[in-house]
Amino acid sequence: MKADPIGVATGSYYLDGDHACAEGAIAGGCRFLAGYPITPSTEVAERMAERFPKVGGVFIQMEDELASMAAVSGAVWAGAKSMTVTSGPGFSLMMENLGLAAMMEVPCVVVNVQRGGPSTGLPTLTGQADMMQARWGSHGDYEIIALSPNSPQECFDLTVKAFNLSEEWRVPVLFMMDECVGHMTEKVVIPNADKIDVTPRKFYKGKKEDYRPFKFNGADSVAPLVKAGDGYFIHITGLTHDERGYPVINAEAQEKNVTHLVNKILKNEEKIRIIEENQVEGADVVVVSYGISSRVAMKAVESAREKGLKVGTIRLVTVWPFPESRIRELAKSVKAFVVPEINLGQIVLEVERCANGEAKTILVPHAGGWVHDPIDILNAIEESIK
Amino acid sequence: MDIKFSGFGGQGIIKSGTLIGKAASLFDDKFATLTQSFGPEARGGACSAQLVIDEEPILYPYIVRPEILVSMSQEAYEKFLDDLAPNGTLLTDTDLVKPHKIRKDVTMHSIPSTRIAEEMGNRIFANVVMVGFFTAITKIVNSEAMKKALPGSVPERFIDINIEAFDKGFQYGAETLEKN
Repeated sequence: MKADPIGVATGSYYLDGDHACAEGAIAGGCRFLAGYPITPSTEVAERMAERFPKVGGVFIQMEDELASMAAVSGAVWAGAKSMTVTSGPGFSLMMENLGLAAMMEVPCVVVNVQRGGPSTGLPTLTGQADMMQARWGSHGDYEIIALSPNSPQECFDLTVKAFNLSEEWRVPVLFMMDECVGHMTEKVVIPNADKIDVTPRKFYKGKKEDYRPFKFNGADSVAPLVKAGDGYFIHITGLTHDERGYPVINAEAQEKNVTHLVNKILKNEEKIRIIEENQVEGADVVVVSYGISSRVAMKAVESAREKGLKVGTIRLVTVWPFPESRIRELAKSVKAFVVPEINLGQIVLEVERCANGEAKTILVPHAGGWVHDPIDILNAIEESIK
Repeated sequence: MDIKFSGFGGQGIIKSGTLIGKAASLFDDKFATLTQSFGPEARGGACSAQLVIDEEPILYPYIVRPEILVSMSQEAYEKFLDDLAPNGTLLTDTDLVKPHKIRKDVTMHSIPSTRIAEEMGNRIFANVVMVGFFTAITKIVNSEAMKKALPGSVPERFIDINIEAFDKGFQYGAETLEKN
């Protein structure tokens, strides 16, 4: 279906990534935000707090990030499309209830405008060091989807997409911005509502007594939801459960429940996958990057091509689930992967795992606070094919 | 074109960059990427906005060696002058920056933007006076596009006075160029 026009601020704007993300959320149907403002993500909450009363949404400034993430799950089960927004320190606090949301298969969006860490780190400066935390931050086996925008325009477009993916797969979608993109201002075009595809929530319509809040049979199975207050007596819990949602504490139930959480994402990786490839056919080196680093990397790649080097790029718009099969395939034909990221080595580990020794994998690290000097990426590209 | 706006928090430094970037990208058919850096303070700390304007989409968002430096405080001037590219342009507020360090390889133009704004009734317009001055001197963005950028960026009831502030700065800039 198309977006509800009431939430779509159609027009051309000069907006930063944070504000564009807020508009994307509202256009994507988000009507509940619980959060605890933190730099460099505050502007998202600020704009939504201002916009929500005009579109029938609710913003609650919670006492902390634990409560924020809990409230998001609550609002989803009450029928709203919901999200929270934070940065590293708050993201850490959300991990417990993010696991709960994954276990209860709550469609929701968690925005993390990454700053330098660990701990309070660099409040106003950029980082990309929460990428593994996005994947592994809560305990136990589960899968999430993570997107990484590289411009304010994408902060709009991909936030809409994040809500759509969350509804389609009934899963928390982590929107992994970085401070650079969040606080970067560029032209943002918000289209007419009839040009914005929005995935509506699947609500159950059958007999009340037949409703099952979960469905574990097969990788494509996602049960429809119901709204609290509509008269369904359902049980949802963080404990291992059956399709009725009731706790079943044994290995057999665990196998069904957890395998489902993982497979509904991993088995559909190619359907979920959004990657941008550029000149990878015949390339000797492929630069793999995401977020702001993908733009800086392209600057280096242009210089390398001017020198006659055959360099391709893969940009991970969805970082999780990782495009494993594509990297494995490319590893057979390229000599090396170069991975610039604003951390000391995270997604490079996935690339290296998938390259499996068939191609060299070279990290271009940056501890955070700034983006790479394109020359460092260029040097790594040249070094990789020596 | 790499441009750096600098001063202290509360002067509207980032707003200056936003206005010019908005004018360039929405009304002058160019690409404009603005980034900003500031400390944890709400006001008074050193602050700067970096604006890249190009005919092509912009990849690298930051600025290492600005070709134009706008300084509205002594601290900002001293901090960033050495970064200014050779043959660059330096724009300052006459009263707020005492240019004791002279660089012969750059062109400097000054305007009493804060004084002009105070004469209009409020120093809050100083940044828009400076934006007018910038527009006249640099000719990077045309003045019609600049005026179109004001609505939506300043409170509606202050649009006229902001346009007046812009015009005063623009005129001062045009006269400055004539004198040279």
